[in-house]
Amino acid sequence: MHSLVDAAVFVPALPLGGFLVLLLAGRRLGDPWAGWLATGATTGGFAAAVVTYAALLSHGGDHRSFTQTLFTWLPVGGLRVNASLLIDPLSVTMALFVTGVGALIHLYSIGYMRGDPDFPKYFLYLNLFAFSMLALVLGDSLLVTFLGWEGVGTCSYLLISFWFERERPPAAGKKAFVTNRVGDFGFLLAMFLVFGSLGTLRYTEVFAHAGQLSRGTVTAITLLLFLGAVGKSAQIPLYIWLPDAMEGPTPVSALIHAATMVTAGVYLMARVSPLLSRAPDTTTTIAVIGVATALIAATIACAQDDIKKVLAYSTISQLGYMFLAVGAGAYAAAVFHMVTHAFFKALLFLGAGSVIHGLHDEQDMKRMGGLRRWMPVTAATFIVGWLAIAGVPPFAGFWSKDAILLNAYDKSPVLWALGLVTALLTAYYMSRQVHLVFFGRERWREADRHDAGGAGAEPHEAPWTMLVALVTLALLSVAGGALNLPFTPKLKVLEHWLHPVFGPTLREVSVGSGLEVGLALGSAAVALLGVALGLAAWRGRVERPALEPEVLRRAWYVDEAVSALVAGPGTEAAEVLADKVDAGTIDGAVNGLAALVRGAGTRLRRVQTGYVRNYALGVACGAVLLLAYAVVRAG
Amino acid sequence: MTVSAGWYLTLSAVLFTIGAVGLLVRRNVLVMFMCVELMLNAANLAFVTFARQLDDIGGQSAVFFVLVVAAAEVVVGLGIIVAIFRRRAGATADDLNLLKG
Repeated sequence: MHSLVDAAVFVPALPLGGFLVLLLAGRRLGDPWAGWLATGATTGGFAAAVVTYAALLSHGGDHRSFTQTLFTWLPVGGLRVNASLLIDPLSVTMALFVTGVGALIHLYSIGYMRGDPDFPKYFLYLNLFAFSMLALVLGDSLLVTFLGWEGVGTCSYLLISFWFERERPPAAGKKAFVTNRVGDFGFLLAMFLVFGSLGTLRYTEVFAHAGQLSRGTVTAITLLLFLGAVGKSAQIPLYIWLPDAMEGPTPVSALIHAATMVTAGVYLMARVSPLLSRAPDTTTTIAVIGVATALIAATIACAQDDIKKVLAYSTISQLGYMFLAVGAGAYAAAVFHMVTHAFFKALLFLGAGSVIHGLHDEQDMKRMGGLRRWMPVTAATFIVGWLAIAGVPPFAGFWSKDAILLNAYDKSPVLWALGLVTALLTAYYMSRQVHLVFFGRERWREADRHDAGGAGAEPHEAPWTMLVALVTLALLSVAGGALNLPFTPKLKVLEHWLHPVFGPTLREVSVGSGLEVGLALGSAAVALLGVALGLAAWRGRVERPALEPEVLRRAWYVDEAVSALVAGPGTEAAEVLADKVDAGTIDGAVNGLAALVRGAGTRLRRVQTGYVRNYALGVACGAVLLLAYAVVRAG
Repeated sequence: MTVSAGWYLTLSAVLFTIGAVGLLVRRNVLVMFMCVELMLNAANLAFVTFARQLDDIGGQSAVFFVLVVAAAEVVVGLGIIVAIFRRRAGATADDLNLLKG
């Protein structure tokens, strides 16, 4: 196979190269050249992904799956793992949006991180992240994917705790790492199970032999993989790390904790769709957990004051939508929403970063307000993102959310109803956020007076590198829906493109076209209703305790419950181990032995009188005894 | 008239006993030192006696070893005793109990 498809190798190779250069010469390049290098590497990766995409297009629809083997990575006994790339429509779609959105966020970061003492290190991590994410999506076996999976987890940890000299970021990084380990454990067990029953980890071979697996095995494998996805994509019950992860720099929240890494779980589910189609119990579990996460996270987002926390819970909620789509068998809809969500959520996060930047690290929305006059570009783009996530037609979010709700309705009207309530809440809390931040009184003026050492300066618009990213993402958020318009089969570009991957596993939607239009109109109406409610409720108001009950502000007390149920007994068990087992038994044995030797020595030292005659007597007695023994033996 | 080997051995035993008892009961370091020499020579006498009796040169050569060791011991021992006399008034063994455990 010698074609332009080979360009795929440059997709992960360029960010890796950027990482290596920054590792060796990052300090010397400094601010801002390290950032430009990293941005260039990721942009190069995007260009390579575009070339690969074009090359795939030149092949026939059913011949768009290639494996590119680079070298043998692990030859161990019966297990032979190649470092090879699986190039098919799904992985190329992922590679395109990871590198595309990634490059924009790299560019934005040059402005955002300007002046940070660890500027080169930040871009070093960012390029390592881009490489790991691309290894994840392009890997042709579960193990290569797992390599990327762990790589992005590490980068997430490193970047959350990037400002490690502060108090909270390192704790948040640890929390993210530990919570993710729970999911990774499931991923590992799933790999053991796959290898144990099929003897291979390559996707193509696993799917070809999936028929040999018993139903129980398939269910176990998919449930364990889903556990991994739950950890990585922040679903119930492992979502608690994502809100804390907002301690990292805001572009990191946009790139890793909104657009790309957290969608890795959805990608994994889409990738193993041939297994999922054989495990109906798993898909039902996925749909239920997805919709529950979407709803609960949306309720929490309604009562948060931190501009980034709202977006974090919103991300969890939108990821829940994607899992709902996966559970309903609508993998194309899940990928569609993943892409549009990457556009508008990255846009919202970057807009929030611009606001935080402009207000000198203020994150409390109650102390913002009226910013549209001071930051017109940020405000305009943020409003586009708001309409997109709220699902107002014709913005991107409407089309992808509608596709998911349609499939959910086909699976079960209950799932659809819960999804619709979530859509209402989404429109409501995003309107609340937009109103609190960009409209109303300019409360930051009062806030400045409280802070004795406050900057006092007026908010300022972001530098051009940040604005370029914002405007580009805003355009994508407007037009992203064109990827997959539902009017005629021809307009379903993304679904058609992904068909070779999901084709055999897709559920046929059996909803009449009249009902389909009705559902779409319903979700549009719900979106507009949510927007209206949000604006009406927060017009001219800042504090409405009735709409922000304590239970929601504290996120249903889940963190407290986890502390009490998991961390509490864990600490107690550790204390028992330390006091009883370690101090009592292990130290006791060592100390007891020492006491025994010491006691014996204390008694024996009486023999050493220091008088020569005593020693001489001892020698004489010994000689006599030896002599007597010899005589007795001889006699 | 020849003296039988028994008498030599008896003399050797008597000398050894005198040396051993002297070592145990006397307190003067110099005297104790001489008692050790007495015991060594008692052993030498027994060696020579048996060498003569059994017509074996091994006993006599063992005596030379003992003599050499005794000479070396005298050198070291007397050196120590002189050092002790320099530091203290007398040389009573019971006063030298610094190594008491």
